[in-house]
Amino acid sequence: MTIQSLILLIPLLPLIGCLTAGLFGALIGRAGAHWVTILAVAGSLLLSSYVAWEVFYNDLPVLNYSVYTWAVTDGIRFEIGFLIDSLTALMMVVVTFVSLMVHIYTIGYMHDDDGYQRFFAYINLFTFAMLMLVMANNFLQLFFGWEAVGVVSYLLIGFWFKKDSAVRANLKAFLVNRVGDFGFLLGIAAVLFYMGSLDYAEVFAATPAVEGQTIAILGQMEWQVMTFICICLFIGAMGKSAQVPLHVWLPDSMEGPTPISALIHAATMVTAGIFMVARLSPMFETSVTALSFILVIGAITALFMGLVGIVQNDIKRVIAYSTLSQLGYMTVALGVSAYSAAIFHLMTHAFFKALLFLAAGSVIMALHHKQDMRQMGGLARYMPITTVTAWLGSLALIGFPFFSGFYSKDLIIEAVKLADRPGVAFATFAVYAGVFITALYSFRLLYLAFHGPTRMDEDTRSHAHESPLVVTIPLILLAIPSVLIGYFTVQPLLFGGALADAIHVREAHDVVAALADKVTSPFAFALHGFVTLVFWLAMLGVGLATYIYLFNPALAERIRQRLGLVWTILDRKYGFDELYQRVFAGGGLRIADGLSRGGDRFLIDGVIVNGTARLVGRLAGVARQIQSGFLFHYAFAMIIGLVAIVASFVLLR
Amino acid sequence: MSEWPLLSLLVWLPIAAAVGLAVLGQNQPGLVRPLALVATLVTFALSLVLWSGFDAGTSMMQFEERLVWIAAFDIHYHLGVDGLSLPLILLTTLIGVLIVIAGWQIGERPHLYLAAFLLLQGLMTGMFAALDALLFYVFFEAMLVPMFLIIGIWGGPNRIYATIKFFLFTFFGSVFMLIALIWLYLQGGSFAILDLHQQTIDLNAQVWIFLAFLIAFAVKVPMWPVHTWLPDAHVEAPTGGSVVLAAIMLKIGGYGLVRFSLPIVPDAAAALDWLVIGLSLVAIAYIGFVALAQSDMKKLIAYSSISHMGFVTLGLFLAFAIVRNTGEVTGAGLGISGAMVQMISHGFISGAMFLAVGVLYDRVHSREISSYGGVANTMPWFAMFAVLFFMANAGLPGTSGFVGEFMVILAAFHANFWFAFVAGTTLLLGAAYSLWLVKRVFYGEIGNSAVAALKDLSGREWLLMVTLAVLVLGVGVWPWPLLNMMEVSVQNLVEHIMNSKLPG
Repeated sequence: MTIQSLILLIPLLPLIGCLTAGLFGALIGRAGAHWVTILAVAGSLLLSSYVAWEVFYNDLPVLNYSVYTWAVTDGIRFEIGFLIDSLTALMMVVVTFVSLMVHIYTIGYMHDDDGYQRFFAYINLFTFAMLMLVMANNFLQLFFGWEAVGVVSYLLIGFWFKKDSAVRANLKAFLVNRVGDFGFLLGIAAVLFYMGSLDYAEVFAATPAVEGQTIAILGQMEWQVMTFICICLFIGAMGKSAQVPLHVWLPDSMEGPTPISALIHAATMVTAGIFMVARLSPMFETSVTALSFILVIGAITALFMGLVGIVQNDIKRVIAYSTLSQLGYMTVALGVSAYSAAIFHLMTHAFFKALLFLAAGSVIMALHHKQDMRQMGGLARYMPITTVTAWLGSLALIGFPFFSGFYSKDLIIEAVKLADRPGVAFATFAVYAGVFITALYSFRLLYLAFHGPTRMDEDTRSHAHESPLVVTIPLILLAIPSVLIGYFTVQPLLFGGALADAIHVREAHDVVAALADKVTSPFAFALHGFVTLVFWLAMLGVGLATYIYLFNPALAERIRQRLGLVWTILDRKYGFDELYQRVFAGGGLRIADGLSRGGDRFLIDGVIVNGTARLVGRLAGVARQIQSGFLFHYAFAMIIGLVAIVASFVLLR
Repeated sequence: MSEWPLLSLLVWLPIAAAVGLAVLGQNQPGLVRPLALVATLVTFALSLVLWSGFDAGTSMMQFEERLVWIAAFDIHYHLGVDGLSLPLILLTTLIGVLIVIAGWQIGERPHLYLAAFLLLQGLMTGMFAALDALLFYVFFEAMLVPMFLIIGIWGGPNRIYATIKFFLFTFFGSVFMLIALIWLYLQGGSFAILDLHQQTIDLNAQVWIFLAFLIAFAVKVPMWPVHTWLPDAHVEAPTGGSVVLAAIMLKIGGYGLVRFSLPIVPDAAAALDWLVIGLSLVAIAYIGFVALAQSDMKKLIAYSSISHMGFVTLGLFLAFAIVRNTGEVTGAGLGISGAMVQMISHGFISGAMFLAVGVLYDRVHSREISSYGGVANTMPWFAMFAVLFFMANAGLPGTSGFVGEFMVILAAFHANFWFAFVAGTTLLLGAAYSLWLVKRVFYGEIGNSAVAALKDLSGREWLLMVTLAVLVLGVGVWPWPLLNMMEVSVQNLVEHIMNSKLPG
């Protein structure tokens, strides 16, 4: 078997799994459905690991090949094909690993759900779509994967489709993502127009020739073509990776079952935008303007979404805002050309954030689907494994030295400090402040959920217990990379050139390379981490959370009252939802109604069409005295006659 | 097979079957449905033979049949296909089979109902295959009759208003086409379409002819602002009527623009392309909003059709703007091919959506969105298909709905950024009206007792849904065969319209 056919199996296995579980779910039963889908993803993981091994250890040369020709038209070949390099291999392993963990976890989480088989079919389908996205070697397939993961996300957010809040959230998620896709599609159209191809390799080869060209969009203002293309593409990333102001769908997506929050809305799909920019680094490198734009958007998201996380009471929403903030960090890294650092944080985040979501899910299961942290507390006594793994995940999230998140987040902060382009000053402030905020909300969550006095009612408390093995084993398996993966991969990935075949940074922009001498060894770097400002900011956040939520709970309420307006603004999430609801949803419907009534029914039909009819009617009143009958009767007669003539001609010829 | 008059068979076999049904039906009611099904299946099989014998490597007319009809006016019974008409003929014969299956349980005069559809199918095929302008005109007009009967007899309560509106709109348009054709004949002495393609005409005359054609075809497409007959016709039409109307009859407008407007009067088309492009963009955006405001499922799909057909007219007329903008013709073929794919794809998707509404209407007898809610609870399989079709309508990649729109948007960018921008709004509007309908009809708690009593798809309905789902996904995943069929003809058309036909 050639490696090409093995690679083809990687996305196909989950597709087959999805079709089997989805179409024949009733036939194969619940166990059949989870076995088929889990084996499919496990097979994908094994093959992905094999490919990654070949890429990273045996120096498999970059594979770039077509699987089939989608269409050939007007001299343009649209191919479906794979690009297998270090970036793809890394993403494939991350996606299939987290997916497998989530599959196993789902056996426990969805145990009593009527839609058991359907759920497994969806997450298998998601894995297929995500793999197609990361393995693409062209924009067409990228867009296919991009939209396909969006659809599965839509189906899964609305998985409990009887719940009104769920089907509102999934419609909102899809439409907000479509705003991003709108920009993305225009970007793709521009790529085809200026580069003459949608194939990555050909586009990258054509990029230097396009650099320097300008385009006039509105009036005389000339844009750099590359800036225009990159910003359009990044708008797509803003939708998928939930960057301000297109972030509003992600917190609402928590209406979906928790396993998919972990898989789709934390570890994989929402990082597609980050992946895309890194994949297209040769293009983004040509426009510092676009990168500055990315930097500022990322910094805003990292800072302001983290702040909202502090005031949330729903355990999943805290983690959702944390995800937004962390995606902001990755975007900041992209904005300073530290693509490899962004991908590195993407990977560590995938593990520890999936872990945190699954731990939250474990809590939610134990409490019979209660998610309000004000009714938790003291769960450590009942759920030791969940508690320990949640701690490990949180320590990784706040960037505690030696944990995986430490390496990835610290390097982003260091990279921002070294960078030199518009927006860096604000971004520096945002990423530093973000460290304090992250520590604060993370430990607030830990204390409110697992420690302190219990606020559960008696009935809930008596039923609280540790989750079954299918839940705790994925937690443990995710906790291992959450702790260790940074230590072992930081040097090869960032400084050893492991991603060099996929990510291209201009020398003048290469802040990651400039960091190399700071990170002589992962051990020394982490040791040094204890004496940095970043560490003490984090400790300040931890300390504050400990004081307030563990020792002086009444203080929280007093602070809330003192902060008044600020607290309200955060609690309202800066009013984005209300604004969008009023302006876009409400406004759009008003326009629709106005055009429908005023344009179609009144003006065109009422005045013009029926008005003409009335006029003709009046005139015909005169004619009618001469000839009776209707216009269409005559027309009929004429036509039937014509047909008969043709028919008789054919028959009698 | 070449000695067989294959195209004539495709045209006249359904018509003969229609006559047979109408005559026999009264006495042999048991034979009606099987006979109709056999007739459409055989026709479909013959169209596959046509496809297999078709040479995609040439833009020449194939399977030509030519007989003198009225020698005095040089009018011929002249049929033939190229890459532009073949896909539409295949679509017609396929939808014909589905219509018979969908109409299996029509209670009122089934023999006449099916006869009307078979007659309609033959006439539409004839129109797509006609190479004589007058023959085209005859089929073009004759088609109105069975459709008129279908809506007028088997339609809803307000069918009289709808049929008269439908009839007058289209009849009004076609009169101008007839005048234009007669003028062309008087100038050039031929009704043969291929001769008309070569006829030199001065610009002033071209403009008048272009406008005459445009009126005729714009009504059919329909383009804004001559579209208001369509929602009314759809609402009143029985399910089968809506399917044929949306899936095939709207394509006649697009086909007319490709076969007549562009190649016969290219200079006028180049001079007036702003008009068509402008109306197309209005259709895409304006009608997208109007669709959002609909509370009747069929009206919503009808408006959605108008919006999607905007991509057809846009794609067809991008060529000149592209050349003006870039000085090259690259992208022109992309637009025209995209428009052609959009026609075929819209045939599948709109047909599927109207069938889906029919499935609900047969059970609950309401087209109002508010009569439903939570249908997915009681009809999970049906909900799966419906979500697929509405997603396809929202242009989801991997479905046929994506292919044409994607190609047209890519081509539009070659002409002007803002064309692509306005066309791109369909990404949002299409998703908004399609998925909002899905949310209100299929999701949520069970809305009422009628929904609670719903039974999932019957075997017959399964067959329809599966067939269309396979086609929608098939074209979405691998549009190559479809595009390959038309590629050479499209390139030939692009080349043709780039040459001026002005005298001297």
